[in-house]
Amino acid sequence: MITAPTIEWLLLSPLLVLLGGAALGVLVEALVPRASRYLAQVFLASLSIIAALALTITNWVSAEPTIAAMGSIALDRPAYLFWTLLLLFGLGSLALFAERSLGNGQSAFASSAATVPGSPLEREADRLHREHTEIFPLLLFSLFGMLMFAAANDLLTLFVALEVFSLPLYLLCGMARRRRLLSQEAALKYFLLGALSSGFLLYGIAMLYGYSGGFHLHEIADAITAGTGSNSLLLAGIVLVGVGVLFKLGAVPFHSWTPDVYTGAPTPVTAFMAVATKTAAVAALLRVFFVALGGARWDWQPMFAVVAVATMLVGSVIGLVQSDIKRLLAYSSIAHAGFLLVGVVGVVAAGEGVALSSVSSIGFYLLAYGLATLGAFAIVTMVRRSGGEANNISSWRGLGRTNPLAAGLMTLFLLSFAGIPLTGGFVGKLVVFASAWDGGYGWLVLVAVVFSLVAAFFYLKIVVAMWFSEPVEGETAEVGTPSAWTWGVLVVATLGTIILGLVPGGVLDLAGTAGQFIR
Amino acid sequence: MFNSIPLLTILALLPLVGALVLLFTKGHVAKLVGLGFALTTTVVGVLVFVLSRGTGLVESAPWIRPIGAWYALEFSGMSGILVLLTVILVPAVFIAEWNVGDRPEARWSTGTFFAMALAMQGLALYVFMASDVLLFYIAFEATLIPMYFMVAGWGGARRTSAAVKFLLYSLAGGLVMLVAVAGLYAVGSDQGKVSFLFSDLATLDLSGTVGKWLFAGFFFAFAVKAPLVGLHTWLPDTAEQATPGTSTLLVGVLDKIGTFGMIKVCLLVFPEASAWATPVILVWAIVSVVYGAFMAMGSRDLMRFVSYTSVSHFGFMVFGIFAMTTQSISGSIFYMLNHGLSSAALFLVVGYLVQRRGTADVAAFGGVQKVAPVLAGVLLMAGLATLSLPGFGSFVGEFFTMAGGWQRYPVQTAFITIGMVLSAVYVLVMYQRTMTGPVTPQVAETVRTDLDLREKAAVVPLIVILLALGFLPKPLLEVADETSVAIMNSSGVTDPAPQIEEGN
Repeated sequence: MITAPTIEWLLLSPLLVLLGGAALGVLVEALVPRASRYLAQVFLASLSIIAALALTITNWVSAEPTIAAMGSIALDRPAYLFWTLLLLFGLGSLALFAERSLGNGQSAFASSAATVPGSPLEREADRLHREHTEIFPLLLFSLFGMLMFAAANDLLTLFVALEVFSLPLYLLCGMARRRRLLSQEAALKYFLLGALSSGFLLYGIAMLYGYSGGFHLHEIADAITAGTGSNSLLLAGIVLVGVGVLFKLGAVPFHSWTPDVYTGAPTPVTAFMAVATKTAAVAALLRVFFVALGGARWDWQPMFAVVAVATMLVGSVIGLVQSDIKRLLAYSSIAHAGFLLVGVVGVVAAGEGVALSSVSSIGFYLLAYGLATLGAFAIVTMVRRSGGEANNISSWRGLGRTNPLAAGLMTLFLLSFAGIPLTGGFVGKLVVFASAWDGGYGWLVLVAVVFSLVAAFFYLKIVVAMWFSEPVEGETAEVGTPSAWTWGVLVVATLGTIILGLVPGGVLDLAGTAGQFIR
Repeated sequence: MFNSIPLLTILALLPLVGALVLLFTKGHVAKLVGLGFALTTTVVGVLVFVLSRGTGLVESAPWIRPIGAWYALEFSGMSGILVLLTVILVPAVFIAEWNVGDRPEARWSTGTFFAMALAMQGLALYVFMASDVLLFYIAFEATLIPMYFMVAGWGGARRTSAAVKFLLYSLAGGLVMLVAVAGLYAVGSDQGKVSFLFSDLATLDLSGTVGKWLFAGFFFAFAVKAPLVGLHTWLPDTAEQATPGTSTLLVGVLDKIGTFGMIKVCLLVFPEASAWATPVILVWAIVSVVYGAFMAMGSRDLMRFVSYTSVSHFGFMVFGIFAMTTQSISGSIFYMLNHGLSSAALFLVVGYLVQRRGTADVAAFGGVQKVAPVLAGVLLMAGLATLSLPGFGSFVGEFFTMAGGWQRYPVQTAFITIGMVLSAVYVLVMYQRTMTGPVTPQVAETVRTDLDLREKAAVVPLIVILLALGFLPKPLLEVADETSVAIMNSSGVTDPAPQIEEGN
């Protein structure tokens, strides 16, 4: 006899709402006339995300932490924390996706992605003002996958979630309106390397299954406690699963896709990847390594410490010589992945007398980083020249004179990246470093601070270009007038960055309550 | 009666509000508004100082609960003295730099300069009044932002790179301090006392190796600020390029944060580690004193000259602080105030001179005294205050520093006196080279006017205050004693017993 699976519908409702919204979005493509699709899709997508967010918060407040869906989804406080972050970031990205005022009524996405770049068909599609409204369901699918990834309680769910959120991203990366060949190359590169890393992850999952005889995280944890399995299987599993997740995080040495993909992808997609993919990857990393592999942390802490140092080194040092703003932000995101890993290495479990657990400090860091990143990419979409984005830093010279507001906001976000006090980025760095030191990694904190200084240098380079350099003749960028969508992102990002910098207590309190994983 | 009004917050926010207002004001009005805010801050600052006599003023509210950070301010002893210094210097700088934005090389208007200076002042007031190490750190780092724009906005041709050098040095110091702040949290967490209040941190057991490392982190940051030799190279480069008003605030206010922090953080929170490091720091301070003096003697640029005299004098202060006697610490605090005033006077007068002549090269001057006697006179007074001539407050500070130091470290103090002798040499030689002798044709051509009323109004009050402090040092020395006695008590060190008994 087959017993029917038990599903906690209400608890899982945020996931279901997103999935339902995405599926409905596909129907909209089929049934709604072309002219009204954009409105319908934007409405549907924002409604789904807001509903999912509301349900997540309700559950966070009212529901006890529990394992749902036959042991495959863990709905504990960290999961709710990361879901909230992901949905907030998803909403911000959606706003950037929906922006059409900057490009004279056209979004940042290709009019027809299937046409050959430069072909008559493409010109025809442009002339007819075609657009891909499929980007919205794709965003929802990806977001759904990320939520599942962050809460996956068994390794198979983890793998499926990874694929669910990656496949739409591969597609979205190839859909830029400008420089389409670069965009398609980026998509292909991302797909190939992503598929390879999925392979690693799957192989690692097989190893851990071989070691413990189970896919559930607690089964692996029990096997480690019992210590009966083969150690080489365990170590191989740790390394391979680590590779799979670190790839998504963009940590060195699995970072090589980041600069190319970030540069080639449409800027709203870049923003989405930089904030949401990173959040989902960190959440899964924390869950798998703290819950399942926590007993073997003596084995993987040194590995992550080395990866963290390498990531900060590569991100901040190679970032110094970049001349393209999106590429520079890509290296900045690599450096930030390194700082996040510093927090992971500490492994400070929540409990009595622990003010800052690893999870809560990383959650705060992600919020501060995500807000500044969304804001920075919003500005990147606004700074334009001859119809497209002006991504070369030389075009940004003198922006402080021509448009003090845009330059001022960008400066704020860059200062937050650099971890200058009075911005959210500073408090984020402080809490992550404090918890890492608390976990016994004082030396790593010192290294991280050194690289913060190096990274601060390249953020300052943009600040100097904007405020102190004379504009280059014929290369001056103009700042477009965006619609309420982008303004909304900018206002939230600005206020958030300042509030997190001045009065972080409330958010930190909230994150502090979310430090405890359940098994 | 005054407990219900958050006077300290008002005092610190006043210039910050002024900076905001100035962002939206233009032209001549902006200058007047800026000066208005600066003078109001001075009045409020002096008022608060008077009100705080006796009990001191405190404010405290929880700020970031999870990590035990407080929005806590206090106003007593050393804090009060440095607040006084800050509120006196800013209006003087405003008057002296009244036309800074009109010069061709200026990037922004005078109003913007005033806005930046006010922002810097507000943040510096937070630093001096903070009684929570995180608040202290944040304000400490945030002062860099307006100061960076002040260096980069107005001054010499290579000021942009000077500004970057200043920023990177300060940021390096600040970030090392951030490591130490994170470490303090970790230690507090281990010992079950998660709090960033200075008073709570002082109760932590930091006598072990970790404590020494944390001490080193803080000390490094402060040694960059109040530049000790080796970490000082940013100061002459910055002062050479920045406009004199900026250099005044940099040396007069910002660098005092370094010596302030050594007392407030190093001595108070890390008494054991301070004692452990004292032998090295004393030697380092002596080397600074002597090295700064020799570099001042060899300076061909007047702005570099003034900044090297400061390197030398910061050595004095550091020496007094780590000599750990009530007298030497009080002397050091008192000297901070006087050095702030005397270096300000010197920077501003030299600035007037350089502005007229168009170069800061010592060799380009000669016989200025004959064409601009008042300028020469004021420069001499400022110079004499710098070399700590008796009669000026700086003499009292230096004397107390050495008298206190002698009680514990007579040999080292003997070396420090070399600095005093050398300071007389470099100041008088500078005066001789630039002011005396025959009037060179270039000087006759460029230095046509003596100081006008505005220029005098900026500098003369500083010299008057220096003289007043020289003749009547007792009231403020007693204020400084509050802090030094508290430090001696909390670190459990007692003054060496006098060798000659009373009455003999």
